[in-house]
Amino acid sequence: MGVGIEVTNLNAWYGTNHTLQDINLNIPANHATALIGPSGCGKSTFVRCLNRMHETNPIARVTGTVRIGDLDIYNDITPVEIRRRVGMVFQRPNPFPTMSVYDNVAAGLKLNGYSNHHVLDEIVERSLKNSALWDEVKDDLKKKSGASLSGGQQQRLCIARALAVDPEVLLMDEPASALDPVSTAKIEDLIFQLKSQYTIVIVTHNMQQAARVAEKTGFFLNGRMVEFDSTHKIFTNPADKRTEDYITGRFG
Amino acid sequence: MVRDEHKLKARIRAGIDGAATGLAVLSTVLVVAPLVAIFIYLVYKGASSLNLDFFTKIPKPVGEVGGGMANAIVGSAILLAVGSLIGVPIGIAGGIFLAEFGRGTKLANAVRFTADVLNGVPSIVMGIAIYSLVVVPTHFSGFSGGVALGVMMIPTVCRTTEEMLLMVPHAVREAALALGVPNWRSVLSITVKTASPGIITGCMLAFARVAGETAPLIFTAFGNSNWSTNLNEPMAALPLQIYVYALSPYDDWHRLAWAGALVLIVLILLAVSLVRYVTSRGVLKGAS
Repeated sequence: MGVGIEVTNLNAWYGTNHTLQDINLNIPANHATALIGPSGCGKSTFVRCLNRMHETNPIARVTGTVRIGDLDIYNDITPVEIRRRVGMVFQRPNPFPTMSVYDNVAAGLKLNGYSNHHVLDEIVERSLKNSALWDEVKDDLKKKSGASLSGGQQQRLCIARALAVDPEVLLMDEPASALDPVSTAKIEDLIFQLKSQYTIVIVTHNMQQAARVAEKTGFFLNGRMVEFDSTHKIFTNPADKRTEDYITGRFG
Repeated sequence: MVRDEHKLKARIRAGIDGAATGLAVLSTVLVVAPLVAIFIYLVYKGASSLNLDFFTKIPKPVGEVGGGMANAIVGSAILLAVGSLIGVPIGIAGGIFLAEFGRGTKLANAVRFTADVLNGVPSIVMGIAIYSLVVVPTHFSGFSGGVALGVMMIPTVCRTTEEMLLMVPHAVREAALALGVPNWRSVLSITVKTASPGIITGCMLAFARVAGETAPLIFTAFGNSNWSTNLNEPMAALPLQIYVYALSPYDDWHRLAWAGALVLIVLILLAVSLVRYVTSRGVLKGAS
């Protein structure tokens, strides 16, 4: 089951570049939350702070608190442990190129020392079904390379890989921006199904996408969160003039 | 008018394209030609001296006709095995350090610089160095020869490993880290695995290079005209045997030297192909 995320006074830097400023936000459990905003506004940095991927960059720095469920992820837990609870899907599909479809999905478990074949088989099948890829790959799971799938299939493979470690939260950083419209629709359907079991945070450039999949939407601009409300409210009656300008296409 | 101009431009483009293609083909021929020429010459000079004795007998004393290089073939195999056991693990571990754990540190820069210098050290100097470090405290031995070859392999293996690891896309590393895989595990199981075809090529290059080395063996393995599979004794090696026979005044030995050179090249080709075949079976089709 998903858990809620509570962000308090979050600030992030790359070197001297203050990319996130005083973010305060409550992301509800078992819902999809969309983050929109122009390029470079800090949305990607924000989601990378939620699984501490931000700090894999040596010049990056973070202050503030992020609570996921009842854990303060910057104090109670190591980055490796939090990343097992908070899965991530990247903008460009990034399957492990030398691994089969099966090994890609099982990678998170296998690399953490899990080796019971029956359980692995079961988890791989369930994860691929959950990511709506099972029917397309079930015939040669262990022979086909993850890299030989189409772009849309690779992205669903990456989602299956993230689901296999049974996370509570799924972060998606523009998961469909490198895909064609048909694959995009599949990913959106998937988000719709998954959000009953996981807390989903999705960064998107596509405002229709945010409106279609998310209950809540946050608008970021220049490293600050301008507005956070129900998706319906953001797109029909935003409180802030800047949000209105952005969603009506006046800038960005 | 305009049309003619277009036609003319198209013709010029086609001409340039043809010229460039021609140059590329010519370069390919120039690259491959020496190898083919050497190989044909070796077959021409050496094939006639190849017989079962060559592979089963040890050299005959001076004055007696016949004999073979069985001891040198086995000796070379042992020396190369010892060399690879030393050179490949140290080289790969060094490359992993340079690319993954030490990136940007002073130690890494020092290691990289040392490897590059080591790569440029003439092989005869390497032989003398191992002579004073290993042979002087002990004696001439197959082991010291293996050490000399191993040390020569290290810089090539190390630098190719580093370069191949740096070519692994950042996205692949991020994917592993985002799954909650510890960094060391991600490096060993994901990054190194992804780069493994290139790393294996580097090891094969180093192997093929030292397989033909004579100079570092003169002061270490020393050579042996009798059977010797004991690492603690002087050991025969194909390049050494070829060297000795080629410099001798006897026609029969000259012929054996040609045959030895042919066998050496064929064995290197076989070893490299075998490793390629065995390691490529694990890699999936369609992987890039």
